[in-house]
Amino acid sequence: MIKAQTFIKPGMPDLRWLLVSLAAVMALHVSHLAIWVSLFIAAFGVWRYLIEKNGWQLPKLVILMPLTLLAGLGIMLTYKGLFGRDASVALLAIMLSLKLMETKKPRDYILLVFAGYFLTITAFLFNQSLLVGAFILLPVFGLTSTLIGVSHPNGDLGWRFQAKLAGSLLAQGIPVMLALFFLFPRVPGPLWGVPQDAYKSMTGLSDSMQPGNISQLSLSSAIAFRVQFKDEMPKNNQLYWRGPVLWHYDGRSWTMRSQNQRVVKEALQVQGSATNYTVTLEPHNRNWLLMLDMPESSPADTLMSSDLQVLSRDPVRTRIRYVGSSFLNYSLAAELNPRDRELALQLNDDENPRTFSLAKQWVDTKKTPEQIVQTALTMYREQPFAYTLRPPLLSRLSPVDDFLFNTRRGFCEHYASSFVFLMRAAGVPARVVTGYQGGEVNLIGNYLIVRQNDAHAWAEVWLQGRGWVRIDPTAAVSPERVESGIEAALPENDVLPMMSRRDFPLLRKLYLNWDAVNNGWNQYVLGYNQQRQMDLLSRLAGTQISWQDLVVAMMVSVGSIGLILSYFLLRGTRIKIDPLQRLYAEFLRKLEKAGLKRYKHEGPVDFCQRATKRLPAKASEIKQLTETYTRLRYGKQLNPTTLESFKQLVNAFKT
Amino acid sequence: MAKAFKLPDWKQWLRVAQPNNAPAILSRKHIYILPTRYGWLFLVVLLAMLLGSINYTLSLGFVLTFLLAGMGNMAMLHSWRNLVHLSVESVRAEPVFAGEDAVFDIRVTDSKPRPRYAVAAHFEPEKKTGKKVVAEPIYSDITAAGQVTLKLKLPTKKRGWLQAGRVTFFTEFPLSLFHVWAYVGLGNQNNRCLVYPHPALSSLPLPASAEQGAAGALDSKSGDDDFAGHRNYQYGDSPRRVDWKASSREQGLLTKQFQGEAQSTLWLDWSLTPGNDVEQRIRQLTRWVVDANTDRQSYGLRLPKLEIAPGTGEGHYRQCLQALALLEI
Repeated sequence: MIKAQTFIKPGMPDLRWLLVSLAAVMALHVSHLAIWVSLFIAAFGVWRYLIEKNGWQLPKLVILMPLTLLAGLGIMLTYKGLFGRDASVALLAIMLSLKLMETKKPRDYILLVFAGYFLTITAFLFNQSLLVGAFILLPVFGLTSTLIGVSHPNGDLGWRFQAKLAGSLLAQGIPVMLALFFLFPRVPGPLWGVPQDAYKSMTGLSDSMQPGNISQLSLSSAIAFRVQFKDEMPKNNQLYWRGPVLWHYDGRSWTMRSQNQRVVKEALQVQGSATNYTVTLEPHNRNWLLMLDMPESSPADTLMSSDLQVLSRDPVRTRIRYVGSSFLNYSLAAELNPRDRELALQLNDDENPRTFSLAKQWVDTKKTPEQIVQTALTMYREQPFAYTLRPPLLSRLSPVDDFLFNTRRGFCEHYASSFVFLMRAAGVPARVVTGYQGGEVNLIGNYLIVRQNDAHAWAEVWLQGRGWVRIDPTAAVSPERVESGIEAALPENDVLPMMSRRDFPLLRKLYLNWDAVNNGWNQYVLGYNQQRQMDLLSRLAGTQISWQDLVVAMMVSVGSIGLILSYFLLRGTRIKIDPLQRLYAEFLRKLEKAGLKRYKHEGPVDFCQRATKRLPAKASEIKQLTETYTRLRYGKQLNPTTLESFKQLVNAFKT
Repeated sequence: MAKAFKLPDWKQWLRVAQPNNAPAILSRKHIYILPTRYGWLFLVVLLAMLLGSINYTLSLGFVLTFLLAGMGNMAMLHSWRNLVHLSVESVRAEPVFAGEDAVFDIRVTDSKPRPRYAVAAHFEPEKKTGKKVVAEPIYSDITAAGQVTLKLKLPTKKRGWLQAGRVTFFTEFPLSLFHVWAYVGLGNQNNRCLVYPHPALSSLPLPASAEQGAAGALDSKSGDDDFAGHRNYQYGDSPRRVDWKASSREQGLLTKQFQGEAQSTLWLDWSLTPGNDVEQRIRQLTRWVVDANTDRQSYGLRLPKLEIAPGTGEGHYRQCLQALALLEI
C-alpha cells in the first residue's frame, strides 16, 4: 500500500523479479549457447545485482561500449557470422544482458521485459517439446510479474500479490489464446528464407551411404517417425521402410541416381490387399518420405521417383503427417530397360580383385542368378560373419575384399554394400536400398515408433521373371535383426542408447507412456497446421469452411470471450449485507406495516423514542430491540450467539 | 507560419465528470482508454512473434503469442476497472502566499468494493507557448471501499482567487500497456484557493504607531528577550526568528515567539506605501501585516475602500491578508 506519492524509480524487488525471470529465459537457451556466452550473461546478471545491492553506480558508456563491441565480435567469431539462427539468438541474449547494465527507469525495465518475451519464443526454434512448452510458463510468468511491479510507483506491492495478479492475468488470457490458436487462419510458412543453420540439428538418412554412416545413426535413439496402422500391423520382418535407393558406387560410397523426369517409373504389380497407415514423420531436412515396401501411390502433394522413393516438394522441416498405402505382396519392374540394367551393373573393376574372382567362379559354374543370390547368402550365413556396431576399419583400396575375406565384421551397410557389389560382379543387376527396418510397438497408443537406430540398408536384385526382389544380407548373418530388432541382434557389449535396450522393463514402460503423451502432443498441438485446422473445423461445422469463415469465427469468439470475462471482472464484489442490519430492517418493516416509518435522518435511538410514543403497548419490546441492536452494532459483542438471540427477538416481535 | 495551424488539443472536447452538490463519480462514460507507447510497442513485439511463428511453423510460438495477446487484452479491462467508479470530491484548499504551491485536498473514495492500485491524479498542465508543461502526478493506492486524500499542487503567481481547472485521473496499472483516464471538475465550492499577495522582500520599517508616534517597534531588542515558545513557520516569517537549531534537529521549521513585545497599535495605511505600482504597494502592506503579526502587535489595515479595525490573532491576520488578496484598485 502506498501513501500518495510521485513515481520513484524501480528498486530491488523489481530488479529481483527481472533477474530471476531473465535467468529462466536464459535457462531455455543454455544448452545451445556457447559456454562463454552463458558465462558472460551470468556475470552481467550478478554484476547488476551487486550494483543495486551496494548502491554502486551503473557502469558508464566508456565501459559498456567496448564490452558491447567485444561481445558482438565474440559472437561473430564463435558462430562465424551474425545472421544464423544460433548467432542471432546468442546476440539477442547477450545484448539483453548488456542492456541490463543501464537499466534503471521503468522504461528500461519494460523494454527488457518485452525483449525477454521475444527471447522466450526463440527457444521454440530449438525445441518444441512438451517439457519446453511447460517450462516457458515460468519466464513468461516472471516477466509479467516484473511488468506489474514496475507499473506501480514504488514496487512494494509484495511478491505474493504480484505473482497472484500475474497468474490471474495469464489465466484470463487463456480463453483468448485457445480461440486464436484454433481459429487464427494458419498460413503455411515460411514467409521468407530461414537461416541455413536453422535445421542443422535434424538427423536422418543421408542421400549417400558409406561405411559408418548408418552405424553412426544407430547410436541415436531419436525418433524418426511414428506409424499408426489402420488394420493389423504387419510382422516385424516385413516392416521395410523404403528410403533413398542408391545406384552409383564410386568405390567408397553409394549415391542416388539423378532424378530425371524422363526415366520411366518401374511398373508395379500388386497382389493381396493394401496395408493402410498414417506416418508422422519427424523433420529431417531431406525430401524423402518413408513408406512401407512397396508403395503403390504417393500421398497428396508428393512425387514418386522411378525407383519408387516418395519425395516431398520441399525438404521436410516440420513434423508432417501423411497417409500411406502399400502392398507387401508385389512384383516390381518385370522388364528392366537397358539403361537401368547398365546402371545396376556399374562397377569400378580395378578394385576388389578377390571379390571379382569369387563372382567369376560362380558365373563360370553356370549358376543362374537365383543360385548366385542363394550362394552369396549361404556364404554370409556359413562363413564366420558377425553383426556389430563397431566394425574394424577397412582398407581404402579394396574395402569389399577386406570385408568379405578378412575382417568379416560389419553393420548392415557393410553387408548391403558387399552383397550388391558381389551381385554386380556376377552380372546380376542390383542396387542398395536404405531406410528403416522394424520399429517398436507402443501398446499404450497402439502405434509403431521407428527410431534412427532402426536405420537399415538392404539390397534389391533384379531377377528375370520376378523383377526387383528384396534381399537382406544382414538377415542371413543375423536373423534376429530382422525378426526382433536391433537390440536383440547386437552383442551385449555393443553400446546402444539406453532407450533402445530392453533390460530395464519399468523404465521402458515409463518411457513408452511418456512417448504416447508426446505423440499426442505432436499430433494435436504441434501438428496443428493449416490442413488440420481446416479438417477439424470443417468437421465441427459439418461443412467445408473457408478462411473468411475462420476470421469471422475468430472475431466472434474473441469478442464474446471478452464480454464474458468483463462481466465477471466488472460485476465487482457484492456488498455483503450485514446479517444484523438485515434483521433490523426486518424489524423496521414490521413497524412500517403498523404505519410507522423511520425517516432517513432518524437514528435508531430517536426512532425508538418516537415509536414508543406511537405504540405505547409495545414500548418495552421496541426499547429492548433497539437497545440490543445498538449494543451489537456499536459495541463489540456481535457473535453468532448474540445474533441468534437478536433474531429471536425480531421474529417474536408483532405489532 | 507553421505554428498558426496548430490544432487545438482534442482532449479538451472530452467529457468531464462534474459534481452536483455531491462527489463526482467517474462513471463508464467518463473513462477514456488508449494504448500507451509501451502498449504499441507490445503490439509490435507480438506481431514480430506472430510472423516468426508463421515463418518457422512454430505451433508453440502461436500458443505463446496468443497467450500474451490474451493477457494484453485482459490488461485493458483491468486498467479500466482500476479507475471506473471512483468518487472524487474536493475538500479544501488552504490559502497560500503567491509563489507558493496551492494545495488542494482531493478526497478519492472507492465506490465499489474493489482495491485500486497506482491511481494517479494531476491538474491540467499549464500550457506555455510552444511546449507543454507536464504536471507531476500524485499516485496512490485505495483499499476496497476505502478513501484517500490526495494533495494536488498548483503553482500560484498572482494574488486573488486561484480557480482550479479540471483534474485528470489516470492509471496504467497493471501492465503499463493502456492509459486509462478521466477528467473531473471540482464543482463550485472548493474548487478555488485564496492566494495572498507575496510579501515584499525588502521591507520598509513598520510605520509609526499612531498613539506613540514613534518609529515601528519591529526591531525593539527588549522584546526579543523573553522567549515564549514556538509556532510553526509561516511563509513570510523573518528568517531571524526561525529556530534553526530546532530545524537542524529535524523538527521542521519553527518560528520563535517572544513575550513582552511592544503592544502598540499600528495603522498599516495604503497611503503610507511609497510608489505608484499598485502590486508593489500591496506587497509592502502584506509584508507589514506579516511582520506585525509575527511581532504580535495590534494592527489595523486602511485600504482605499476598506478599513479593518486594529486587532490581533489568527482570524484578524487572515482577514487582513484576504482583504489585500482581493483588493481591487
